[in-house]
Parts: sequence; C-alpha cells; structure tokens
Amino acid sequence: MGVGIEVHGLNAWYGKNLSLENIDMSVAANHVTAVIGPSGCGKSTFVRCLNRMHETIPEARAEGSVKVGDMDVYGGGSDPVEVRRRIGMVFQKPNPFPTMSIYGNVAAGLKLNGFRNRKQMDELVERSLKLAALWEEVKDNLHKKSGASLSGGQQQRLCIARSLAVEPEVLLMDEPASALDPISTSKIEELIFQLKQHYTVVIVTHNMQQAARVAEYTGFFLMGSLIEYDKTEKIFTTPADKRTEDYITGRFG
Amino acid sequence: MFAIAAAVLVLVPLLAIFLYLLIKGIGSVNIAFLTQTPKPPGETGGGMANAIVGTGLILAVSSVIGLPLGIGSGIYLAEYGRNRFGDLIRFTADVLNGVPSIVIGIAVYSLIVVRQKHFSAFSGGVALGIMMIPTVARATEEMLLMVPNVVREAALGLGISKWRTTLSISLRTASAGVITGCMLAFARVAGETAPLLFTAFGNQFWNLKLNQPTAALSLQVFTYAISPYDDWHKQAWAGALVLILLIVGAVAAVRITTSRGMMKGA
Repeated sequence: MGVGIEVHGLNAWYGKNLSLENIDMSVAANHVTAVIGPSGCGKSTFVRCLNRMHETIPEARAEGSVKVGDMDVYGGGSDPVEVRRRIGMVFQKPNPFPTMSIYGNVAAGLKLNGFRNRKQMDELVERSLKLAALWEEVKDNLHKKSGASLSGGQQQRLCIARSLAVEPEVLLMDEPASALDPISTSKIEELIFQLKQHYTVVIVTHNMQQAARVAEYTGFFLMGSLIEYDKTEKIFTTPADKRTEDYITGRFG
Repeated sequence: MFAIAAAVLVLVPLLAIFLYLLIKGIGSVNIAFLTQTPKPPGETGGGMANAIVGTGLILAVSSVIGLPLGIGSGIYLAEYGRNRFGDLIRFTADVLNGVPSIVIGIAVYSLIVVRQKHFSAFSGGVALGIMMIPTVARATEEMLLMVPNVVREAALGLGISKWRTTLSISLRTASAGVITGCMLAFARVAGETAPLLFTAFGNQFWNLKLNQPTAALSLQVFTYAISPYDDWHKQAWAGALVLILLIVGAVAAVRITTSRGMMKGA
C-alpha cells in the first residue's frame, strides 16, 4: 500500500544556486499528484529530493524535512540507498540496462540487493510486468530479448516494472511520457491510473492536459517556489493565484 | 574512397608479417618443437616447449598484477576521479605508457632481482604487469565514461548502492570495451622482450617455479636470431610464428567466451 508524503521547509541547491525555496507540501497516500510548471522551475529537482537522488549530482544538496510514511528521509540515521529502495523512480528517458535481458532488467533491483529465491523472483518479475501492462507483449522473450531491443514505449513500461519489482511504497515519475508517442503516452497514463491502487504516485509533467487526466492533486511550481497546490480540478478551473492562471491559460512557460 | 584505401592499406603490413612468418617458420613447427627443450649448441633438433610454458607463466603473473590494478584505477578515474588526484593518476598513467619497456625492465631488475639475488619468472611478470596497467586503466576509464549517466541513475534509483552500481551495472555495461582494452594490453606485453632481459632472463631448461629464471618465447627468439647457427635461425622463425598464433588464439578465445556470456540472465 502507498503512504503519504509530508514535506516541510525543503530547500535545494546546485552549488551556490538555490533552486528550491522553502517548499511545504503534503501528498496524499494512494493518489496521483502532479507537479507542473515551466522549464527550470524546480519540479524535477523537487521529486529528486524526495528519494535523495538530488544529492547524487556533484555539488547538489538539499535541506529540510521530508517524511514518507514513517520514514524520515533526511533524518540523522537515514540511508539514501534504503530511501531509494522504498521510493521508486521512473525517469524522463527510458533507461533499461542495455546488457541485460527483459527478465534481468526487472530482476536487477532484487538481485543486486541480495535477493536469491529464484521462484519468488520469477513471481515478482511476472507480477511487476503485469502491473506495468507489459507482460503479454514480452512473456515469450523474457530471457531471449534485451531490454534495449524493445520500442520506446515498451522500454518505459519495462522501467516502470523494474521500479515496481523492488516493491516501493511511493513511485516518483519524472516526465515519464515526454519522450514517447501519443499511443505509448496514453498507455502510460492508463497505467498510472491503475498504479494508484497500490502506490502513491507523484508525477512531474510539463503537459497540463496530462496532469488534468491522471492526477487528483496538482502543484504549480514557479522559479523554485510552490505557488499553488490544490485539487487538480480547482487548479485548472478556478486557480487562486494569478500566476497559476497565467500559466495554465498559456500566457507564459 | 580514401577511407577504403586506408583500411586496405592497414591490412597489408599485418598480412605481410603474418605470411612471411608463416613461410619462414611453418617448416620448423613440429611435435619436437612444441614438446622438447632446446638442444645444446651444435646439436640439431630440440624445441621451445619450456619457452611456451614460460611465456604462459610470466603472462599469468602479469595479468594477475596488471588487470586488477588497471581496472581498479580505471574505475576510480571514471567514477570518482574528477579532481586533482584523478588528474595526477591520469598524467602518471600516460607517462608510464610512454616509458620505454627496457627502462621498466631495469627498474624491476633493481627493485626485485637485485634484492632476491636471482632472476625469476615473478620479476618478469611484474615488469609486464606494470606495462599493462596504464593501457587497461585508461581503456576502463574511457569505456565507463561512455556508459550513459541515466543508466547509473536507474540503478541508484532502485536502491542499489554506489559500489554495486559501479561493479554490476556500469562495469558490466562497459564490459565489451573493457575486455578489448585488457586484450590489447595483454597482446602487447605478450611479445615484449626487452623488459624480460634483466628479469625472467631466459632458461634452456624446464622451469615452473616463480622464483627461478624462466624461458620466454620472445627471449628465445631473440637469443636464437642473433646466434650464428642456421638451425637456430629456423627455430627463431618458428618461435615467432607460434608466439603470434598463441596471442591470436588467446584473444579470439576471450572474445568468443565473453560475447556468449553477455546476454545471460541478469
């Protein structure tokens, strides 16, 4: 089951540049929350702070409080590796492991974390591929085909399956459909809608229609600040802030 | 057009050398050559079996030293070496790559042979191992840098630790290129003669001990080629041919086994 996320006073830097300023946000469990805003507004940085991927970039750092369920992400004893195992991430460009088979890709997170039970692994791989709506297309070639030989849309669903296989509680998606064609995009969107039964999903998108289609809640970021955060319907029909309205009506960004 | 011509021209020296070796050497490659030790001067017959085994012994030592150190420092340079210390290592490796092989031989002679008070297969292996390090390190670094960063991010995002990601994801993704680098280094030192002159020294008899002077094909070819005997000249050609065939064979074997293992499971 998914868990909620509580963010308080989150700041993030790239070197000396403050790119996220004092973010407060609470994400509901088992819902889809979209993060929108123009390029460079900090929306990707924000989700990368949630699972401590932000700090893997040289000279990048973050401060503040992020609680995911009962886990204090930036707490004293917190281990970034453990954080990332519990908070899965899907990236903008499909990035399967190029030298691994389809099965190998999905099982990688389990295997490399020391999971050895072959039978249970087979089950988890099958379950994850089914959840990612890819099972029917690849079940005959699990070991024969490499992950890189699939189409772009299939690769992205493979990456989603790979994230799901380690059984995270939250799934972060950083513009997961921006490199895909409309048909693949609609498949991914349908999938996101299904996934919220089991996971809390936070999706970054610069496509406002997509946010409107998949998310119950939407946050609008501008220049490193969270301008407005509310039910998606409210954001897209009667936004409280002038800047949100300007953005969603296409006056900038 | 020029590119095709250039490519064909590249083939010419290799083929010419190989054909010439084949013509000159094949007549003396026989069972005795591959199974017997050298005969004393003046007697005909005999072979280079001890030198073939000696070359294998020295190369085993050099690979045990050169490959892990080279791959390890290559990993450091690619994954952690964006700093002053990394630049120093890179510079050192490039200089080491340019040091004449005979100088490395002399250095190992004074560091190991003089102290142990005798020539040995081990010291020969050390000299060749040192020569392998820069090639392997720079090849490993280049190949790891070619692994897209999104692949590393994918692994880190799954909750795989940094060192696990480096070994099981990055290095594995780069493995074809890293192996090529290793084979290049291996093939290069396999034919080295100068660094072995003061280290492995050569031996007319069987030796399988690491701390004893050892024959090597390259040394044996050198000794026989500068000798006054016609029979030894023929054996030198044969030795050179066998050396080339062994190197080609080793490289091909590694290529075939690794390309097969590539697509298996995780």
